[in-house]
Amino acid sequence: MLLVEELDLFYGDAQALDRVSLSVDPGSIVAIVGANGAGKTSLIQTIAGMHRPARGSIRFRGTEIGGLPSHRVCNFGIGQVAEGRQIFPTLSVNENLEVGAMLPRARGQRAQNRERVFALFPRLAERSRQSAGTLSGGEQQMLAIGRCLMGAPELVMFDEPSLGLAPNVVHDVLKTIRELNIDGLTCVLVEQNVAVSLKLASRAYVLETGRITLSGSGSALLADDRVRQSYLGL
Amino acid sequence: MSALWADTPLRGRVLAAVLLAAFLAAPLIADRYLISVLILVLYFAYVGQAWNLLMGFAGQLSLGHALYLGIGAYVAAALWIHFGVGPWLGVFAAIPIAALGGAFIGWLGWRFSIEGVYFALLTIAFAEFTRIGFDHWDFTGASAGFFLPIGGEAAAQWWNLGGGPLLFYYVALALATGATGLIAGLRRSALGYRWLAVREDAEAARALGINIFRARMAAMLISSSMTAVAGVFYAFYYRNLFPAQVFDIGRSIELILAPIIGGLGTVFGPIVGALILTPLGEALIAATQRLGLDAPGTKAVFYGLALMVIIWLRPNGVWPWLAGVLGIRSKGP
Repeated sequence: MLLVEELDLFYGDAQALDRVSLSVDPGSIVAIVGANGAGKTSLIQTIAGMHRPARGSIRFRGTEIGGLPSHRVCNFGIGQVAEGRQIFPTLSVNENLEVGAMLPRARGQRAQNRERVFALFPRLAERSRQSAGTLSGGEQQMLAIGRCLMGAPELVMFDEPSLGLAPNVVHDVLKTIRELNIDGLTCVLVEQNVAVSLKLASRAYVLETGRITLSGSGSALLADDRVRQSYLGL
Repeated sequence: MSALWADTPLRGRVLAAVLLAAFLAAPLIADRYLISVLILVLYFAYVGQAWNLLMGFAGQLSLGHALYLGIGAYVAAALWIHFGVGPWLGVFAAIPIAALGGAFIGWLGWRFSIEGVYFALLTIAFAEFTRIGFDHWDFTGASAGFFLPIGGEAAAQWWNLGGGPLLFYYVALALATGATGLIAGLRRSALGYRWLAVREDAEAARALGINIFRARMAAMLISSSMTAVAGVFYAFYYRNLFPAQVFDIGRSIELILAPIIGGLGTVFGPIVGALILTPLGEALIAATQRLGLDAPGTKAVFYGLALMVIIWLRPNGVWPWLAGVLGIRSKGP
């Protein structure tokens, strides 16, 4: 579904991504793990069209999308739930969801999508007229995911969805991602919680200083000594 | 529009209807002086709406809206004087020319990531050097001024925007009412939601697939077009144009006060701000003149103090607070 090949990204002279290649099969969950500053967010943002890669190709369903602006990339059906949630605090829950449905592909079906989001997160329906800044951290994360779903994505990239959340809320968020996946959503998951994300993932990549150093099935990586030492502290 | 009306709570509807009725009926009791003050109120409410669209909704600070005002004024005046084209037609030339100016500034600023204060400086710079250009352009009278005939036949032709205060009063009322309706409608439109998202967090909006540049540009085009219409009004109301007055930064500043004091990013803020500020400012001038104190800076000092007081007491503006007191809260999303 998504095929990234030999991707190079520079911030000025500093190289953030170095010949990164990965593939995401339809209906799968792909995990990307790595230390802070390894380039995980850069990779997601480059796929999303927010940075222009220096070299390499990004293909989605066979169409080259590398270098396209983000509003065009999003309209192909690639969504992202950005790190730190980035909800609009002074807008209401409803308005936040509305903003998520601005893509041409999603305009027509926003009523159905809103129903779907409210069915998935009943808490958001209860608080639909409240300003988003008054929600708890977990509710804000639900809103960020719901807002992304309003764009009718086929593939969603989650950047640290559990960051700063209480452990029981983290569990809920990850459960939601798995449910969405079972419903057919293809997911790319960047998580600090390496053990959990590897368990969820059918395929995983280890990113170190802008390079993919290891890849394989989630369970294979979970059993790999290097992963266990570096990321699981075992 | 009907959905918009349905979203407005009953008290809000009543308030809007009463306010409109009061303005419609005001000439029955108001004398010439009061009418001239009310014209200013409506004028500032109108340009306040135009500026608030760009700042309050799209989050882009312009301190050079005098540019669009001046372009609108000079284009319509020049068409009238040199080519005999009346203002009702001239406004359709003034709008695209002013919008083109706005588009150029917007393109320069947003294409090359000139943000915030630097963008505001850019808008000041363009207003300033347009002023200098007009100061030296003989076609429109240069710095000696550009005058529309007063009295005579043209003065009583409403179809050439000439006439008494009542004509200008109702034109200004139509402009302010129309602008408020337009802004209220845009606020709930897809474009309005894009503006709010870009204003709140441009990067987050981009991550959701919103074209930030296009959203900002749309705000700029509408805002500068609306301001150009105010310029046409200005030219035919005052009937004299001096670059040093029309393009002055003071013009740009005075038109941002009503929305700031009334409430940035609110539909009724600019109206409330203009209703508070303009009569107080005019009363102060009248009072100082009666006392024989002819201090030219009085109004500026008053505006400065008003800003300080409002930022201190009601940083979100008067309207959000007033709406709370009156129990008017939007039922909408």
